[in-house]
Amino acid sequence: MKEFHGRVIAPGYFKGEAAVTHHGFNTLASFQKSALNSRCKKVIVSDQNNPDLFGKNITGKALCLPMTIGSTTGGMIIQTVAARGIAPLAWLFSEPIDPLAASGIILATTWNGVKLVAVDNLGPDFLESVKTGDQVEVKEDGTVIVY
Amino acid sequence: MYEPKMELTPEQLAILQGKEGKTKAKMMECLVRYGDVFGAKRLAPLTYKTGHLVTSFGISMLTTIYPLMDELIEAGLKAEGGFTADPRPMEFENCSANPLEKLVFKKIIYGRQQEYEGMLKKVGLKSDDSFTCTCYLPEVGNAPKKGDVISWAESSAVVYANSVLGAKCNRNSGVLELFGTILGYAPEFGFLTEEGRKADYKVIVKGDHLPEAQILGSAIGMKVMEKVPYIVGLDKFLKPLPDEDTVAYLKDMGAASASNGAVGLYHVDGITPEAKEQGEKLLKDDAKEYIVDEAEIERVYKSYPIMWKKKEKAPQRAFIGCPHLTYKQLVDWTNKFEAGLKETGRKKLTCYTVLTAAPAVVKKFKTTPDYARLMATGAHLASICPLMYADNPLCGAKRLITNSNKLRTYTFAKYAKDEELLNILVGKEGK
Repeated sequence: MKEFHGRVIAPGYFKGEAAVTHHGFNTLASFQKSALNSRCKKVIVSDQNNPDLFGKNITGKALCLPMTIGSTTGGMIIQTVAARGIAPLAWLFSEPIDPLAASGIILATTWNGVKLVAVDNLGPDFLESVKTGDQVEVKEDGTVIVY
Repeated sequence: MYEPKMELTPEQLAILQGKEGKTKAKMMECLVRYGDVFGAKRLAPLTYKTGHLVTSFGISMLTTIYPLMDELIEAGLKAEGGFTADPRPMEFENCSANPLEKLVFKKIIYGRQQEYEGMLKKVGLKSDDSFTCTCYLPEVGNAPKKGDVISWAESSAVVYANSVLGAKCNRNSGVLELFGTILGYAPEFGFLTEEGRKADYKVIVKGDHLPEAQILGSAIGMKVMEKVPYIVGLDKFLKPLPDEDTVAYLKDMGAASASNGAVGLYHVDGITPEAKEQGEKLLKDDAKEYIVDEAEIERVYKSYPIMWKKKEKAPQRAFIGCPHLTYKQLVDWTNKFEAGLKETGRKKLTCYTVLTAAPAVVKKFKTTPDYARLMATGAHLASICPLMYADNPLCGAKRLITNSNKLRTYTFAKYAKDEELLNILVGKEGK
């Protein structure tokens, strides 16, 4: 068990499975196939440039990432997948959050009233420690425990 | 009410408190929260009020956008300076689709396009011809001056505005850029500050040839991610701005760096406005170094996965112009196609080829004899977004080929260097 502390962007409690990318998470490329298809009930990452997560289901999980990258549609895509209930429920950033991810989380929580948990600044050790499939617990104060 | 961390003017506070309506208050809350996350001290007034929106497409599944737009319209909100928007998704007359593909485009994917364009007009879209990702080109005319504070989205337009025009804009998301444009403010952090415009990386370009813009941009994006690069070694190849070849090179390099990474601002030694003024003083004391030589360009190029199911087969459709081509690029491709076909003895290009440019650029090009020359090669000219074309699973599954690293990143299109693509299209390859 390892404990990390970050800055709370969107407060809340989460316990569940981690999905980890060591590369920047390209929001549009990752969600494209699922966000644009009404029949999708889960997000299977469609970014062929991301060997860590390509083809993996991240719905309802704790997405552990350095930052998001790519298109400036990123924020509204996060807003949409969150409002449709198929987004990762916790967003855990090793680096300071980027403007696109911050926008998406703010739009989803403020405009649409969706419950998401987001913590940033967890440090590079966080991404070294956590593996896809690990259980993680996120507390209201920004504490993240990797089991 | 949300308790802002930044200092707001009495007018801004009144909006947040709902004195100008519930919708405006929610928009202001999103903008203030956004700034607070990044430690913005204030909301800076926009000094250039024409916006640029990334969301031009009435895609049925982006379910949150329509009620949001309805709410803005109902509240009577409109962008004072108007805005341009990214390209439309389809133009069947210039980028063909079979009946089934058309059905999927019209009824399933972009079934709400007309309705959405109507919404855009109500909140400030400048005109029916305002759909392009290269709004800053002279033919389109949405170009802020150096130092202007703007509220734009579209990664390739933001990086161009910051780097080449010297405007000040963060990598805003779709929706929030519209909130900023309507309210007339942008949170002051990141690229809006002097410190935020300093370079974290010194990128040293080595070699005897100008690297392919799209691969250099990709290499830089993948290396520096969201950081600011200061690029040296390009000024021996590029003429000073506003040379049209330099504009096209910086446009393409920037788009690749923004889509393969998250670059929102770059400086090019001796070329871009801030680099010309301040030179290497723009480098942070602890700036890292990244050397890009010919071997590095080749390594990056070879790292691109080929996602076609039948890799050995010929391409079925080619796209040139993501981001949209400049007028000069259209002329250059016309000349290259014509010369290449003459050399191979063919009359037409080997596969269905679509060149894309802003409506205003296309209009200008159509008034010249070059348009007929381009059409004679069998090429097509449109103002669509190729990425949105490939969003149709029937179209995206085709063997698409492109010289755009952005299109490669977001679709299963295969990337080809300019010369490689030309050789395939004129039938030189394999002869």
